[in-house]
Amino acid sequence: MTTAIINGTQVHVNEEGFLTNYDEWNEEIAKVLAANIGIDLTDEHWKVIRFLRDDFPTQGETATIRRTSTVGGFDIKQLFALFPQKPAKKMAYIAGLPKPRGCV
Amino acid sequence: MNEVTGEVTGPMPNFDNAASDRKFVVICSKGNLDMAYPGLVLANAALGEGLEVHLFFTFWGLDMITKKRMESLQFTTIGNTAAHMPPGPEGAPVDDTAATAMFRKQIADVGVPEVPDFLEQIVASGGHLWACKMSVDMMQLNKDDLYDEVEDIMNASDFIVMSEGAQLLFI
Repeated sequence: MTTAIINGTQVHVNEEGFLTNYDEWNEEIAKVLAANIGIDLTDEHWKVIRFLRDDFPTQGETATIRRTSTVGGFDIKQLFALFPQKPAKKMAYIAGLPKPRGCV
Repeated sequence: MNEVTGEVTGPMPNFDNAASDRKFVVICSKGNLDMAYPGLVLANAALGEGLEVHLFFTFWGLDMITKKRMESLQFTTIGNTAAHMPPGPEGAPVDDTAATAMFRKQIADVGVPEVPDFLEQIVASGGHLWACKMSVDMMQLNKDDLYDEVEDIMNASDFIVMSEGAQLLFI
């Protein structure tokens, strides 16, 4: 099992660095993960992150961009603006969740 | 601005696309409902990976972006052994309404949008839609007949120029 030290705290991660234990995440860790990939978290980012965190336990998997848009009510253009290039993976990374499994 | 002073020691995902500069082009040439999806799914996935994405609609694929047809694409079991349907009496007329309805339900059940919604998502994600000039001319259509987000009607030479250096997929 791979671990990483984030902000002085040891957490479990996969080989790519995504957290693997839902309960090891907290908002301080999210800020560090975001900064690590060049994102300064604003209120708009936090709304998305909180949706993903709340949605995950109900589905057992991370929301895709499609689900974040249709269920979470977020605009897809805005998701690409907030988390440029690879929004689904960046959102999941910061939220301490696995990459989405769904194709769409 | 939040002051973030922490650091990460451990594996890091690679979110940097600068080195790859990939471009993905899909030629959509089929108007069957089931054959509309492979190109849309892959184009959408490519956008989610930060690639530049273009879809070029030609021949029957033009139905996917023709206003009066794009919402009513049909799925047919004819000639499709993978549909697992018993053959009807030879020469009998075939009604694909039920097969199409079932296909639409199966697609919806896995959270995948209808074709027009999917195109909207692809455009919102930064994808580009182009119509084939020869097909538009053959079917006696014009730009107004096409989905509003189609950027332009493109001839074969324009397509060759546009797709330079791209990974190309013909469907």
